Amino acid sequence: MIHSLFLINSAGDIFLEKHWKSVVSRSVCDYFFEAQERATEAENVPPVISTPHHYLLSVYRHKIFFVAVIQTEVPPLFVIEFLHRVVDTFQDYFGVCSEPVIKDNVVVVYEVLEEMLDNGFPLATESNILKELIKPPTILRTVVNTITGSTNVGDQLPTGQLSVVPWRRTGVKYTNNEAYFDVIEEIDAIIDKSGSTVTAEIQGVIDACVKLTGMPDLTLSFMNPRLLDDVSFHPCVRFKRWESERILSFIPPDGNFRLLSYHVSAQNLVAIPVYVKHNISFRDSSSLGRFEITVGPKQTMGKSIEGVTVSSQMPRGVLSMNLTPSQGTHMFDPVTKMLSWDVGKINPQKLPGLKGTVSLQAGASKPDENPTINLQFKIQQLAISGLKVNRLDMYGEKYKPFKGIKYMTKAGKFQVRT
Amino acid sequence: MTDSKYFTTTKKGEIFELKAELNSDKKEKKKEAVKKVIASMTVGKDVSALFPDVVNCMQTDNLELKKLVYLYLMNYAKSQPDMAIMAVNTFVKDCEDPNPLIRALAVRTMGCIRVDKITEYLCEPLRKCLKDEDPYVRKTAAVCVAKLHDINAQLVEDQGFLDTLKDLISDSNPMVVANAVAALSEIAESHPSSNLLDLNPQSINKLLTALNECTEWGQIFILDCLANYTPKDDREAQSICERVTPRLSHANSAVVLSAVKVLMKFMEMLSKDLDYYGTLLKKLAPPLVTLLSAEPELQYVALRNINLIVQKRPEILKHEMKVFFVKYNDPIYVKLEKLDIMIRLASQANIAQVLAELKEYATEVDVDFVRKAVRAIGRCAIKVEQSAERCVSTLLDLIQTKVNYVVQEAIVVIKDIFRKYPNKYESVIATLCENLDSLDEPEARAAMIWIVGEYAERIDNADELLESFLEGFHDESTQVQLQLLTAIVKLFLKKPTETQELVQQVLSLATQDSDNPDLRDRGYIYWRLLSTDPVAAKEVVLAEKPLISEETDLIEPTLLDELICYIGTLASVYHKPPSAFVEGGRGVVHKSLPPRTTSSESTESPETAPAGAPPGEQLDVIPTQGDLLGDLLNLDLGPPVSGPPLATSSVQMGAVDLLGSGLDSLIGASNFVSPPAAAVPANLGAPMGSGLSDLFDLTSGVGTLSGSYVAPKAVWLPAMKAKGLEISGTFTRQVGSISMDLQLTNKALQVMTDFAIQFNRNSFGLAPAAPLQVHAPLSPNQTVEISLPLNTVGSVMKMEPLNNLQVAVKNNIDVFYFSTLYPLHILFVEDGKMDRQMFLATWKDIPNENEAQFQIRDCPLNAEAVSSRLQSSNIFTIAKRNVEGQDMLYQSLKLTNGIWVLAELRIQPGNPSFMDLELSLKCRAPEVSQHVYQAYETILKN
Repeated sequence: MIHSLFLINSAGDIFLEKHWKSVVSRSVCDYFFEAQERATEAENVPPVISTPHHYLLSVYRHKIFFVAVIQTEVPPLFVIEFLHRVVDTFQDYFGVCSEPVIKDNVVVVYEVLEEMLDNGFPLATESNILKELIKPPTILRTVVNTITGSTNVGDQLPTGQLSVVPWRRTGVKYTNNEAYFDVIEEIDAIIDKSGSTVTAEIQGVIDACVKLTGMPDLTLSFMNPRLLDDVSFHPCVRFKRWESERILSFIPPDGNFRLLSYHVSAQNLVAIPVYVKHNISFRDSSSLGRFEITVGPKQTMGKSIEGVTVSSQMPRGVLSMNLTPSQGTHMFDPVTKMLSWDVGKINPQKLPGLKGTVSLQAGASKPDENPTINLQFKIQQLAISGLKVNRLDMYGEKYKPFKGIKYMTKAGKFQVRT
Repeated sequence: MTDSKYFTTTKKGEIFELKAELNSDKKEKKKEAVKKVIASMTVGKDVSALFPDVVNCMQTDNLELKKLVYLYLMNYAKSQPDMAIMAVNTFVKDCEDPNPLIRALAVRTMGCIRVDKITEYLCEPLRKCLKDEDPYVRKTAAVCVAKLHDINAQLVEDQGFLDTLKDLISDSNPMVVANAVAALSEIAESHPSSNLLDLNPQSINKLLTALNECTEWGQIFILDCLANYTPKDDREAQSICERVTPRLSHANSAVVLSAVKVLMKFMEMLSKDLDYYGTLLKKLAPPLVTLLSAEPELQYVALRNINLIVQKRPEILKHEMKVFFVKYNDPIYVKLEKLDIMIRLASQANIAQVLAELKEYATEVDVDFVRKAVRAIGRCAIKVEQSAERCVSTLLDLIQTKVNYVVQEAIVVIKDIFRKYPNKYESVIATLCENLDSLDEPEARAAMIWIVGEYAERIDNADELLESFLEGFHDESTQVQLQLLTAIVKLFLKKPTETQELVQQVLSLATQDSDNPDLRDRGYIYWRLLSTDPVAAKEVVLAEKPLISEETDLIEPTLLDELICYIGTLASVYHKPPSAFVEGGRGVVHKSLPPRTTSSESTESPETAPAGAPPGEQLDVIPTQGDLLGDLLNLDLGPPVSGPPLATSSVQMGAVDLLGSGLDSLIGASNFVSPPAAAVPANLGAPMGSGLSDLFDLTSGVGTLSGSYVAPKAVWLPAMKAKGLEISGTFTRQVGSISMDLQLTNKALQVMTDFAIQFNRNSFGLAPAAPLQVHAPLSPNQTVEISLPLNTVGSVMKMEPLNNLQVAVKNNIDVFYFSTLYPLHILFVEDGKMDRQMFLATWKDIPNENEAQFQIRDCPLNAEAVSSRLQSSNIFTIAKRNVEGQDMLYQSLKLTNGIWVLAELRIQPGNPSFMDLELSLKCRAPEVSQHVYQAYETILKN
């Protein structure tokens, strides 16, 4: 099982180590550093590295490498999933997951890690339970602790761990009972030169924030559940009920959690809400090229597109760009050759455009590669797949909760080839 | 106030200060001090000197302080074993605490203290905790057994903890079950033979119940454990699959992949005809696709596994090509894996799309990726034959971009395309040659040189091109040097006259001026070959190369099957069995996919169906494919026939001093670039070098028939090619014996004697049953008729076409080779009548893809006549039916090697006096069908 964990910053310093079995010398990380050196960018460090006696599995999040050391045959996905859980827990505990924050809370981090694994076997990975065992630090608690001399370690038994609903703690009480659900969809798409779609798919999630007293039992039904044929559920969802009735029935964890994630890949169901018109050309003879892009709405079901940003990695030969946007601000970084244009909201009457010239290094030949345009945008109050929640009911408790559903569509990896 | 303050006291005497604080009376101060100690520990500072002081803090009611001390203990107990014993008492006491949390914490921590001396004190508390009333304590204790086993395996066995652990698999609490399974799996890994997890249907049922209720991690352990079970029949496999399938919708990707493993493994046991099998296939695709939208690290592991799944069951993801398209900001390790899978999924249906993508990738920035994309285009060409042309033109487009590394990569793959499709795309050579100067990588240079050498006869200036490479011979890498050596030798063998100087030059460079043993050896071998036996040299150097195919980069099937059992593990990421890389290879049991077994009630099980021909038998027809040429030349013409052994026809040059007079012999050697037959002076006008091709000259064999009708003899060996000996002949079959009727005519001016005959190995093992009896010498213009009895006990080698027979005939003048095609019906045996029931069962049993359909037009016979005519050639009519005015005949026949052929013959009246016949043949060795059909036609039309 998982032997040890090292946290390494981008400068290559190990700033935390935790061992769940015997101690593994930190020199094992030298193999990781080698791989890090070979990879041009941090993102490209291979996630599985073998060394003569160990395997190093790593994830890179928030500019920190989480490197797990294993010695025997362990499912790598198990390890990687666990590392993600560690990152999520830190974020949950401290609001952000960064080197200074981890250093500031090193003892809590250590205690939490100790609770998450026992001898390399996962013990408590639900943040609900962890928070019961080890209270997250807050300014108030720190003050209270100093005054009263009490500690941030809970002294009751983590009751949830024994119940049939291990994800929910008992005795939850709220004065305002509320349940919010966010349906968030991200479109991943590749659009080719001519504007036709190469691939398009939707990654959707329903994130919930449930603050309800007692043991509420919720059901959530959809207008069009047939859209969801490829779904992954939070363990609280009763799978049988979904299979037979297409209804989500569950006792929710307390607080924030991801109820389900789904995937819509049928091309005909994926509407492409924006288009990009582009004209980027370099001439063989001159060192000047033309650059022009326009962004416009396509299938938006009447909603407006906001928060649009366009970015593109220009070829290495590009020296500078002289561009004028019709709206928003743009920037070209001559070192990384990254062009970014913060467009803002698209006004369908007056489409935003960016136009101008590109100058190449003197004597450089016409670039071989075509820049790819990367698009970010947001559409409020719309789930682009058309998914709609029908109703939400609560059983098991007497009070009337406040309910809310929000929809949003975002660009995921939305790429336009030129 | 944050914990970072603990890092700030780095001044001198830090340890001393901490010591004082730890021994302070104030609780708060103590705790702060322990926190400081822990903080130092986390960053790797050595604070072991404080051991006794920290342990003193352990006796406390404060849970946090207790936990902190435990943290410290676990870290340092190993280095201070004697001190650690001090802590034992507290542990034992804590194991009795009324609070289960404390009990669990104590037993958990105790297991983490890796000190031998402590372990014996641990046993009693652990035993109690394993039977604790609280499941939280039990599940913690289960893991503790694994910890203890790691420290002292013998102790665990002696104390009987393993049995207690096994009992916990039946625990009422799913978390306890999951942890027990996890602990047992870990222990089993170091004890491969212990059979700890011996699973039976009852325990499987318990596990499946626990599966639904335990945590995600527990589900992984249970699924991995289930995967090791072998269900007793397909029903059990199906019921397990049904209960595992919901796991495919889990949010945890490790659970999903473990479930995929179980399903992939058990699916092997399900019959493909089952509806459920199809349902399962459909259910597997979406979760695999979903894994690809996860974080890149998860994607990587998933992709490595999908790579295996796609090879094992391509049908699962065949419609999902698009999800493997590469996004430009994917990490490189994801990009390369996606590319690999794209090629595996490429088929005629989607090749256009794939190629368009690959071409797009070839213009990306990342050089490694671009190279791999170009290679992928080449692999597509090799995999999908119909796309080869398109791939080649895409590659040519890419070469036009003149981007250096793209051009080089393209040339490397074009070489492979040439090997797969010889003589098809040579028109592009000119374009390749234009880019000769830009090649600077050894692999590309070597590939280009190979192309020039291989097609030397089509490239006018091949010698100049190779010569230009030769100038910098010593600066080239070994790969290029070797290739250059071979290419020039090829060129020499093809154009001996103009290139003698070049070949001498390269041989001397390779043998005399090089330090590389490989190069020198290859040089000597060529040199010696060329100087002693140029014919052999030609055969060796210009030998036909084995075709390359897509399979070259597939994982070998047995390994693939093993790896399927390891889906989701490191083995699947490395595509190696665990035995190949797990530390020390200990504890590795080879896993294999379960065989398909059907429950006994099932009526369609293969065992109950009568086997027409045992499966092994059909293999006889297809033994290893040998080199035709080599086999024929190895024929031993002496012993079975009388007469003196023949002198080898090629001229022996004798041993030549390689370094001395070698060059002379090389020059002389060019005379001998001609085959043995032609090397003899009395060559009757055969063009130089044509002797070899005669072997494959199949003009003479014409189908004849047996029984009532024997085809007129055809000329098999014209006098022109055999120095005056003309041979014509035919095949007959009479009352169970096959014979070859030969007519030998001497058209030369000298008397012929000492005849002998030999057959090359052939598809059905035909061989002469007696020597060739020519009693008197054959005078000029004399003809003799001989019937040569044959049997089918000779050695077997599959020929192309199947009924090809290569014959060597010898006389006092020379050895002559010819080949002929024998009609297949001479091989139909007399007992080829199949029982009616057997016929029906066998017909069903042979898969439909083995069925072949043929038309026989204008047959002058009616059903009766057809039946009797066929009967005389041992094709037996088993049943006859009349359907809508058409006669249907069901027939069977058996070949000498035991292969059954089943036929359905539909006779439809065509024009008044002729019938049109429709023949359906089913056979376990479908390659014979075509020839059986020809036999039918021959028999019926004559």
